Amino acid sequence: MYRNKTFCRTLVATAFAAVLTLGPDVSFAKDNVFDVVAPFEIGGLDPSVSGFIFQRMQITETLLEVDAKGQPLPALAEKWDVSDNGKRWSLTIRQGVKFHDGTDLTAEAAAHSLNTARKKTGVLQNAKIEAIKAEGNDVIIELVEPFKPLLALLAHSSTKILAPAAYGQNDAVQKVIGTGPYQLTLLEPPQRLAAKRFEGYWGEKPTIDKTTYLAAGRGETRTLMAESGGAELIFQLDPPSIARLQRSNNVKVITGAVPRVVVLKSNSGSGATAPVEIRQALSLAIQREGIAAAVLRAPDTGATQMFSDNLAAWHNADLSPLAYDPDAARKLFDAQGWRKGPDGILQKDGKALRLRMLTYSDRPELPLIATALQAQLREVGVDVEVAVENASAIPSAHSDGSLQLALYGRNYALVPDPLVTLLGDFGHGGSEWGPLGWSNPAFDKAMTTLLASNDPTEQQQLRNEIVALIQHDLPVIPIAWYRQSIAVAKNVEGASIDPFERTFGLTKMRWSE
Amino acid sequence: MTRLLAFRFLQAVMVALLVGALTFLLMSLLPGDAAYRIAAGRYGYDMVSTAAAEAVRAELGLDQPVIWRFLAWIGDLATLDLGHSLVSGKPVMEAVAHELGSSIRLAIGAVALSFVMGPPLGVMAGLRPGSVFDRCLLLLTTVTRAVPHFVLGVVLVIVFAVSLGLVPSAGHGTLAHTVLPTLTLALGLAAVSSRVARDATIDVAASAYYGFGRLKGLSSFSLFTRHGLRNIGVPVVTYLGVQLVYLIEGVVVVETLFAWPGIGHGLVHAIVQRDVPMVQGTALAMGLMFVVLNTLVDLANHWIDPRGRKV
Repeated sequence: MYRNKTFCRTLVATAFAAVLTLGPDVSFAKDNVFDVVAPFEIGGLDPSVSGFIFQRMQITETLLEVDAKGQPLPALAEKWDVSDNGKRWSLTIRQGVKFHDGTDLTAEAAAHSLNTARKKTGVLQNAKIEAIKAEGNDVIIELVEPFKPLLALLAHSSTKILAPAAYGQNDAVQKVIGTGPYQLTLLEPPQRLAAKRFEGYWGEKPTIDKTTYLAAGRGETRTLMAESGGAELIFQLDPPSIARLQRSNNVKVITGAVPRVVVLKSNSGSGATAPVEIRQALSLAIQREGIAAAVLRAPDTGATQMFSDNLAAWHNADLSPLAYDPDAARKLFDAQGWRKGPDGILQKDGKALRLRMLTYSDRPELPLIATALQAQLREVGVDVEVAVENASAIPSAHSDGSLQLALYGRNYALVPDPLVTLLGDFGHGGSEWGPLGWSNPAFDKAMTTLLASNDPTEQQQLRNEIVALIQHDLPVIPIAWYRQSIAVAKNVEGASIDPFERTFGLTKMRWSE
Repeated sequence: MTRLLAFRFLQAVMVALLVGALTFLLMSLLPGDAAYRIAAGRYGYDMVSTAAAEAVRAELGLDQPVIWRFLAWIGDLATLDLGHSLVSGKPVMEAVAHELGSSIRLAIGAVALSFVMGPPLGVMAGLRPGSVFDRCLLLLTTVTRAVPHFVLGVVLVIVFAVSLGLVPSAGHGTLAHTVLPTLTLALGLAAVSSRVARDATIDVAASAYYGFGRLKGLSSFSLFTRHGLRNIGVPVVTYLGVQLVYLIEGVVVVETLFAWPGIGHGLVHAIVQRDVPMVQGTALAMGLMFVVLNTLVDLANHWIDPRGRKV
């Protein structure tokens, strides 16, 4: 009998423990903490790894900020100057700025952060930097050759400025000690962080005083969190969820153009797509507006050229738009000697036109667009095999030359000036996320002249020329312009989308009355 | 008892070696270039380039022979060093300990909750086999067990978080965040344990000793608590050992769905990013968790069923 009693008691205790563990918790009430949910995991503390998360949460800052047009604004650097030969930049550090550990921001601290960033993978490698040093209150950057968009690099998250105490052995980042309006209170990689308002902030102090960040990789999870009021700001919504969330009582959906473009890259150096006419034919076979409306649920975002008119400097209004004309496509294939075989697939010299299209699922719409392209290209006799792989398969296939077609979404504002990304991607015959085996001396000449030009009119002419050359040669074929989407709780005011995806805009938001 | 523990310890060592060898072998058989994958994991795909991949390859010595890297891992394991993550650079032990804690909380909560729900319902059904309640329970448990975790999870979120607004739909940090992932796992476990309890109850109720107990004048309650409960407990607890596979598999899916920072979630990400030390660390932790939980099941049975102790 004694043993039976013990057994019963154990069962009751288990039940009680379960109820205690799982019982409703009062802290789930609305708590004035601003919760942000986005798909990006916190991979590490180093600025080159997940620096952008700390930047978007406004915990860390860079020497410069940018306005809505991508023009540099003073931030931790108050003013800047460049020597006549364009090789020596000096940036004056703002006085009275404190790190979250209470120490002062100095030119030495800023130069140390930049020198550490220079040794790692990141945007600073785009400029040929000879030395970065502190001189008095200035940070001096000496270049091997002039690099006009340097200021844009200094606004990138990998060049954020951390306190000397943030670095450990071998300059590995041990703690994130920044200067931003928010300071870290909790860091649980890879998914969560929490921050509170930094009372010693040099600029205007935010009204929202506590915030958290949660990485939720699955789009469905984020949508359900938005619908249930589980967070105040949900970043990056799946196209099918947008319409559903627009009917929700808890959130409002905001969408905005960002300089990210879905492009189809082909091998311009070898294989069937080497002649420019074949790439033009592929482009003519693509019904972009159908893809934009049906797959992306964003009508009018079919790419008629590389950049939309939201990026005015890089939009050439004189270009004739990339059109859908399958008959013209067939004629171009025919002129290149491609004839329809018995199975409807084009053939030349006994070889069928079969191409392998690499894409990845980190952006859930890409495999859908890939299959839509597969069907559209099949209409004109091109047999496409879609291979959904890891995103890194594209640079890998570029590097070994095996790439035939690749579909990806490219952010041309990795730094606020698209010139930097374009130069890296398209310059000198192309790179991993740009053309493969493409060469156009006129393009390289225009790029070189642009990098050295000081005349705004000439700069605009060169940008127009660059965009027109891409439009003609189509080493990458623009498919659609991205629109970023966020869901924001209705009790929050002041939310907006940063076109350069540098911030969630916490400091501009406030709780509505 | 000592033999049992010694056997389980040996099993744990074997699991460690096998898991380590298999993950190493399988990860090196996967197509694609690991250096590019790791670079994508570290810097994001927008920043992956051949230069970044080559830097990763040189830094991590990825061009060394597989067997050499495997032997180095075994050597480190002997000193309880699981190495560093190739992506974040953090010690694997630290990351796994953080993730394992979250997963164990989820797993223990799910097992406890399933015990509260499943066996009592099963016993009630078993005491009246063929009744409406029994048949309804059969339908309910079959449906619950047949529905995959991710569907069940989404249904629970829609009902309890979106429609009723009682608990958060995902995330972690407060106890309320534990409710839905635990419930998702527990329902599947409870469905099976209620069936096992029901069948065990029918067997016990039809047994000679149970009939004798009734004949000697024991009340239904005394009869059940003295002669029923413990005998029903043995198969229910034993079957839990079998169900642990379901639990560990469920943890992977449920953690991803609910943005829960557990070991299953960590494993999925490590595989995608080709972070071999993290894959080994997480797989090892899951393998050892299986051994430990099975040992606990054995110990529980040892305590419930006195017959084994005399042998």
